[in-house]
Amino acid sequence: MFKYIARRILFLLPVLVGVSFIVFSLLYITPGDPARMVLGDQATEEAVQEFRNKEGLNDPFLVQYGRYVYKALQGDIGRSYMTRRPVSDEILSAFPSTIKLAALSMVIAILLGIPFGIISAIRQYSLFDSVTMIFAMVGLSMPVFWLGILLILFFSVQLRWLPSSGFDSLAAMILPSITLAAQSVAIVTRMTRSSMLEVVRQDYIRTARAKGQKESVVIWRHALGNALIPVVTVVGLQFGHLLGGAVLTESIFSIPGVGRLMVEAIKMRDYPLVQGGVLYIAIAFSLVNLLVDLVYAWVDPRIKAQYK
Amino acid sequence: MNEQTEKNIGQSQHGLKEIFKRLSRAPLAMIGLAIVVVLVFTAVFADYIAPFGYADQDLMAAFEEPSKAHLFGTDEFGRDIFSRIIYGSRISLQVGFIAVGIAVFAGGFLGAIAGYYGGKADNLIMRAMDVLLSIPSILLAIAIAASLGPGLFNLMIAVGISSTPNYARIVRGSVLSIRNQEFVEAAKAVGSSDLRIILKHIIPNCLAPIIVQATLGVAIAILTAAGLSFIGLGIQPPIPEWGAMLSGGREYIRDYAYMTVFPGLAIMITILALNFLGDGLRDALDPKLKR
Repeated sequence: MFKYIARRILFLLPVLVGVSFIVFSLLYITPGDPARMVLGDQATEEAVQEFRNKEGLNDPFLVQYGRYVYKALQGDIGRSYMTRRPVSDEILSAFPSTIKLAALSMVIAILLGIPFGIISAIRQYSLFDSVTMIFAMVGLSMPVFWLGILLILFFSVQLRWLPSSGFDSLAAMILPSITLAAQSVAIVTRMTRSSMLEVVRQDYIRTARAKGQKESVVIWRHALGNALIPVVTVVGLQFGHLLGGAVLTESIFSIPGVGRLMVEAIKMRDYPLVQGGVLYIAIAFSLVNLLVDLVYAWVDPRIKAQYK
Repeated sequence: MNEQTEKNIGQSQHGLKEIFKRLSRAPLAMIGLAIVVVLVFTAVFADYIAPFGYADQDLMAAFEEPSKAHLFGTDEFGRDIFSRIIYGSRISLQVGFIAVGIAVFAGGFLGAIAGYYGGKADNLIMRAMDVLLSIPSILLAIAIAASLGPGLFNLMIAVGISSTPNYARIVRGSVLSIRNQEFVEAAKAVGSSDLRIILKHIIPNCLAPIIVQATLGVAIAILTAAGLSFIGLGIQPPIPEWGAMLSGGREYIRDYAYMTVFPGLAIMITILALNFLGDGLRDALDPKLKR
């Protein structure tokens, strides 16, 4: 087991190097001179050149990339053009809201998706199943930003039940988390259902039924554990979608998270902040995936056995 | 040889017919297909269908509720929302199909090489794909679109690249399962080049999962593109893009809700149709589910 964990953590390194390379390359090819962006339009040509030399902006691509990684390891990924503050500070102060939003939506997705999926599978082709599947399909097809707007329209503007912006009270968290969770609920439901249906057709389930085992025990003890293994993977991948979707959700509900920060930054052409947000979210996503893989190894004895 | 080829062609036609027959038994898939056909039709003939031009301003008629003259009402510049949605289908379908086209070609190419040659090439390509996959796809699209700058073409590239790894994975998987089959060995034995084997023998045999993924992929691409326009990347005004229309209408949500309702509905119906069709295709093409 230890070997597996060590291997999996080692696997993270090339991914992080790769992500930083992509983020740096995108910054590099972005039109516009970073020196001009920092110094402003009034700066003299000499001041710009001096800045370029001082910051090493005239060095070859790979040298600059090396310096970027070296600095990034010390937590320095540049300064925001807008606020002149370090990008890391900006992002880290916004990060808790984003993580909270994504985690809350994840919990909603699991709490709704898994039970609905199981019941749909047990009662395949029933009315419950058909209705759930249609809802899941609609949820899958609903643009996050549109759902958010409709919820605001209905619950904030019409009924005046819930606030339409902010993220500091429980009431304010309800609409954004539901908005962001909708697609994941649909995906988890569909995945749980199809995985459950596949497991239920297996021979050992037939055996359990044949020996006269109670149906509830067959489902809960024999089928569920195996059916949930692929669901764990999907849930882990969903976290990435949630972090990405948070960018849109935050900008709809004016939540002070990384996503809104990035959207503001896009409007102001503050590229270091945009790419910094991507870097941080990719790292968070990779760590979550690592966690999911470890959970996976823990619940699936076949993986444990490989690394005994 | 000739007889054999003829038989093969006959078979594949039969296969297509069979697939379509199975598809036609799935009512939701047929509804999806019908909607997609209608959308393509409106996109192609937008000039004849739309009662107004997409940039025709009439400030005297701004903020008009839906009526006979303006089916979906008018926006803050008095532009007809119905016409803008009709023209918007052009943009969304273009982005959807071309972005997926880019992803299928790039991903298919990389996946085929990785799967066919294995070894170092496989390792290198698939690790690179893993890196791309470790960035949530909408974020990757945002990052690329932000540095390429605004524009329809850049939007397509951003969305296309962000979904390339999925196709690389699928094609690689299919190639791996086919690579060692007898007909491939036979082709090698008669001296076919690698390129010919990949293009003529391997790709046609793993088309099914690519078609399914591509259909669902167009839906995802349209959704991603709309999301990008919504936050101000990609399409520039006055070009009518559904996501951008939604974002523009957001300011007036308290008084003129219809401005956000209709573009959102257009996106959702399009995505729903593509998802229905994709699901139906998967069932029709999956041999495990043959009845």
